[in-house]
Order: sequence, then structure tokens, then C-alpha cells
Amino acid sequence: MMRDITLGQYYPSNGVLHRLDPRIKVLLLIGVIVLIFCTFNFYALGVVALLVAASVILSKVPVKLYLKSMKAIILVILITSLLNLFYGTGEPIFQWWIFKVTADGIKNSIYVAVRIISLVMVSSSLTFTTSPTDLTDALERLMKPLSVLKIKTHEIAMMMTIALRFVPTLLEETDKIMSAQKARGADMESGNLIRRIKALIPVLVPLFVSAFRRAYELAMAMECRCYQGGEGRTRMKQLHMSARDFVALGVLLVAVAGVVLCNIFL
Amino acid sequence: MSNPILRTESLSLVYGKGTPFEKQAVKNVSIEINRGEVIGVIGHTGSGKSTLMQMLNGLIKPTSGKVFLDGKDIHADKKSLRNVRFRVGLVFQYPENQLFEETVRRDIAFGPHNMGLPEEAIEKRVKSAAAFAGLKPELLDRSPFDLSGGEKRRAAIAGVIAMDPEVLILDEPTAGLDPMGREDLLSQIDAYHKSRNNTVLLVSHSMEDIAGIADRVLVMNHGECVMLDTTQNVFSKAAELEKIGLRIPQITKITSELRAKGVPLSEGILTVSEAFEEIRAILKKEGRL
Repeated sequence: MMRDITLGQYYPSNGVLHRLDPRIKVLLLIGVIVLIFCTFNFYALGVVALLVAASVILSKVPVKLYLKSMKAIILVILITSLLNLFYGTGEPIFQWWIFKVTADGIKNSIYVAVRIISLVMVSSSLTFTTSPTDLTDALERLMKPLSVLKIKTHEIAMMMTIALRFVPTLLEETDKIMSAQKARGADMESGNLIRRIKALIPVLVPLFVSAFRRAYELAMAMECRCYQGGEGRTRMKQLHMSARDFVALGVLLVAVAGVVLCNIFL
Repeated sequence: MSNPILRTESLSLVYGKGTPFEKQAVKNVSIEINRGEVIGVIGHTGSGKSTLMQMLNGLIKPTSGKVFLDGKDIHADKKSLRNVRFRVGLVFQYPENQLFEETVRRDIAFGPHNMGLPEEAIEKRVKSAAAFAGLKPELLDRSPFDLSGGEKRRAAIAGVIAMDPEVLILDEPTAGLDPMGREDLLSQIDAYHKSRNNTVLLVSHSMEDIAGIADRVLVMNHGECVMLDTTQNVFSKAAELEKIGLRIPQITKITSELRAKGVPLSEGILTVSEAFEEIRAILKKEGRL
């Protein structure tokens, strides 16, 4: 049940992408996303698709899992490409009532579909290969320049880390409380909407109580260990760039060059 | 023992099948529990005790195997599953975390209310359940969040007892209580069992708790049931228990060592009071008392 939900969907393995510096991975993701939207012909799109396929293969995560993450948005893809199909301009190939399909429309809908699929695949390859803690670590480092603007980057990252850390705990707690109330005959699966909402009260009240208790305890424990925010704080796990990170950056640059060339010359 | 109240048939459960987090929590457990028995359930942390208990009242569906309550497969009919939970009452670990109502009275009434009982019957059950759990009647109208830790625990246990289950399962009911509270709660459970003559399963890490109350003991290790025998027999296998990270009650160990030194104590003494009686009798016989 609740146990089946894995947050951040991190998939432990020993692929090349797993060993990349998380900062680089976040930058690469941003780069690829920008690239996905900068493709103006099929050749450029092909280059991006190749890059995405490479990242999927290099992640050493079963393709089945990627397909699973696609399942949630398959409807979105279908609807958007269907809409695009009818919004093309130019000579209609096929016409029925107010619907007309043009070559332009077909092209657009393929673009949209490939773009969304690439987007989801490449983002999944980041979350599959990077543990949530690594991810927030990377974000903290990447947000560092913002501290010039008096934005407390460390605090934001800490909040994200704690939130991520406690999602599974709270899920587990929810599961336990639900089981306990079910053991007392609580019925959460039947009845109309209002009854079902009412049936959640026995779960939500204890959940809030325990969430607040946990928050107090955590704050206390952190203070006991002299936590006082990010100032002057050093880290146990330093992030290091290595040769493979530069190679990865290089691959992205090559892809950028490829897309630009395809856009201009083909 | 032809008609056990609970029977399991090669019960197994695998969590997260097909993922790297796959874990076999319960492996091939076939047990029979008779009416009116008190069963102590022991096993180190993560041995599958709690999971097994939750399968007995149908909260967790086994990956394979069956659970029979009074001869009927509990998963045979989905609609009757809720009814199974009223008949097999389960008190979770740290049950005080599940209190939610405005008053203790209403919280205890949650179970009977779900059973669809009339108001007067519910009121009666709340009162008797509170008494069985050792909860003072004046606490019934307080908010459960204002009670002390021990009182909360009792209120939560009363919430399950109020359903008057044929089988009462308590998952580590004494965890985190002070010694007095422990003893008190256990004797309350014992008294409840004796007056209702229902079946009780008691999960505990304390061998002393189990020794004082259980007729038979179920030993779990790595998801498997390694022993299900009378308390005396189980605790006579000290070496085997130690191998799986458990031990026998302190007093059983001391008396068996005294026996080895030639003191004429009987075998398999399980409680301090038993030992006390025997030693006093010996001293009297020898004229030293």
C-alpha cells in the first residue's frame, strides 16, 4: 500500500550517472531542458532524443521504471499532441467538419510528444540516479550565489532536506495510524465523498499531533547539537568534480553545438 | 485440539516484490491457536512478529498462505473482513499515538460505534473496558491529549477491549512504561483474560512478562516460526534461544544454575514468586527458617 510509494524514486545502482557530481547533474538537466525547447527541426530533435536515450541507458535503471513514470502523463501527451494536430496552418491533408489536419499540424504534434517524453525521461534519470540528500546538497551549492541577495540559501536547503527526510516517515506513520483505526473498524473505502472525508478525521488528528511532536523533538535535537544555521558551517561530505564530470559537460556542449548546427544548416 | 480459534496455513509475506528493496517479512508460518489460550510472542526486532499479528486480523494480506478464524478463511469474503477485525482485536505498538477524539469516552467508543451497537450498549462497554484497562472513571470525560503517557496507553487498549474481541492481540503493550505500570498492566490483562476466557496474544521483548502470563510461547526468527510450545518447554531451551538473540527469564536461569549446584528446586521455574515459594519450602525443611 503506502509502502509501495517511493519518494524521489531513487534507484540505487552503480551506473555512470550515479557517480556524477549532483551539481553537474542538476546543471546538465537544466541544459538539456533548455535544449529540448530550442529544437526547431527534426534533426535537432533527433540529437536531443539521442542524448536523452543515452542518459536513460547510462543510468542503469530498468527501462520499465521509466515507462512507469511515463504512465502518469501519457494522457497529457495524448491530449496536447491531439490539440496540436488540429491547430496547424496550411494546406489540409484531411478535413472533416471543423477539424482539419495539415502537414504542419502533424509535425507540431510529433514535436510536442517527443519534447514532453524527453522532458520526463531526462528528469526521471536525474531523480532515479540521485538520492534526495545529494540533490538538496547540490541545490544548496548551486543557490549559493543568491546569498548575495540576502537569501538564506542554507536554510532553504535545510528545509528541503528535512521535508524530504520526513515524507517517508510521515507516510509510514499514516499507514500505521490508518491500520490502527481500521483495526477498530474504521471504514475508509466506502461511502460518499463527505463520509470518506469524515472517515479521515481519525487519521488526520493523530497525524498532526505526531507531526508537531516530531518537529519539536527535531528542533530540540538540532539545538542540542548546537545547530545555528548555515554560517561558518563546514560539510562532512564535500562535493568534488572529477574527470567524468567534465566529460559529461563536454557531451552536453557537443549536443548543444549539434542542435545549433542542425537548426542553422538543415 | 480439533477446533482452533485461529489457524494459519504456510503464511508468507514479501514486501516490495521485484524492487531492490524486496524483503521477505514472514516465511511459511503455520500455527494453531486454541480458544482461551494466552500466547506469548517473542523474537528480536524485525523478526516479523508485528507483521504476523497484522495478518491475523486481515490488516495485511499475505502474499501466499491462508488465515482461518474459527475455521473460515478470512480473505474468502471481502465484506466480512471488517467483521474479522471486530473479532480479532489488535492493539498496536504505542497505541496512544492513535487517540483522536475530544474525550476519552468517545475515543473508546469509536470501535463499538463502528460495530453499529446501540448507544446504551456502547456506554456499558466503554465503562467495562475502561475498568478492565485500569482507567479511572473520572478520566473518561477528559481530552485524551491531557492524560499521562500510561493513562493514554490504557485508554487506547480500552478502545480495543471495548469491541469485546474473541482474540485480543497486544503488540508490546508494556514498551516504554515504568516497572510499576508494566506489572499493573500485565495483571490487568491477566484479569481480563480470566474473566472473559478469551484468547490473548501478547507480543513482548520482556521474557519476564511472557513467563508470568503465557500458556504457550511462539518464537519468531527471520520471519519464521521456530518454536510454538508450552512456556516451560520453550524456556528450557536456553541455548537455542540465545542463538537467535533471545534469552530465558532471569529467574529461570538462576534456578536452573542452582539446580546444577545441587539445590533441589523443580525444573522450569518461570516466575519470581514460584521460586520464592520453593526456596522458602526448602529452607523450612532444612530448618533454617
